Amino acid sequence: MSVLDIAVQVDARGLSCPMPIVKTAQAVRPLAAGALVEVLATDPGSQRDFVAWCRATGNELVEQTTEGTVHRFVIRRK
Amino acid sequence: MTKTKFDPIAEAIADVEGVPEAFAEAFKGPEGEKKPRELVIICYSGDLEKTWASLILATTAAASGVPTRMFLTFWGLQTFVKDEVRITGQNWMQKMMAVMQRPGISHRKLSKMNFLGMGPWMMGKLAKQHGIAKPKELLEAAIALGVELMPCQMTMDMYGLTKDDMIEGMGEPVGAATVIELLANGAAPLFI
Repeated sequence: MSVLDIAVQVDARGLSCPMPIVKTAQAVRPLAAGALVEVLATDPGSQRDFVAWCRATGNELVEQTTEGTVHRFVIRRK
Repeated sequence: MTKTKFDPIAEAIADVEGVPEAFAEAFKGPEGEKKPRELVIICYSGDLEKTWASLILATTAAASGVPTRMFLTFWGLQTFVKDEVRITGQNWMQKMMAVMQRPGISHRKLSKMNFLGMGPWMMGKLAKQHGIAKPKELLEAAIALGVELMPCQMTMDMYGLTKDDMIEGMGEPVGAATVIELLANGAAPLFI
């Protein structure tokens, strides 16, 4: 685990498009600006989708890593 | 630190909470920032695969802060009749239409290779295996995300549908002029 102060973790492992994005959007919504969300996903398409989603919403993609089949994203709420 | 777990899919959908205000509000930028382009999905087809695609795009758009509307017309409107309503319509011909094509999101048929329901059943099985949310689950998520559902008044009249026949969360019936105004003001159209 990183030293980042994660406010909410979204476990979207096993879920397919569009649920990782939908669940993340739901998790991000109530947070204060600047809060960090960690997302775990196994959907290979999520690697590009989260980059696009962050660009579209203005949230910041702080970290993007892959371990085995699990993709991990850390997003800072706008 | 709160942890949100989303495994299995049904549970995942269940905790999509109701959002009273339009979801786009959540991502509203500072004053003067460019307004996000709106999206209007014209749901014309009642086929399973097209309904599925419409709902995937609608939920993703809403989750991306894009103000999203679905205009439900012709066969696309029958999809948004409550699942448990079997026969709709006021006269024999309208009722006959509902008999021939069962309304409701859980009773959609594939446009090709339906095979008396074998096709949709297999699609459902495969979706579950691959963690893919079904149309009904996506519809619930879409409503929770603030997607606006606009039923077509003309189609309501043609099928003899009443407000009580339709699912919860439906907006007021509108006509083509409402859709055209949205498009004229720059909303992106999808005709599915």
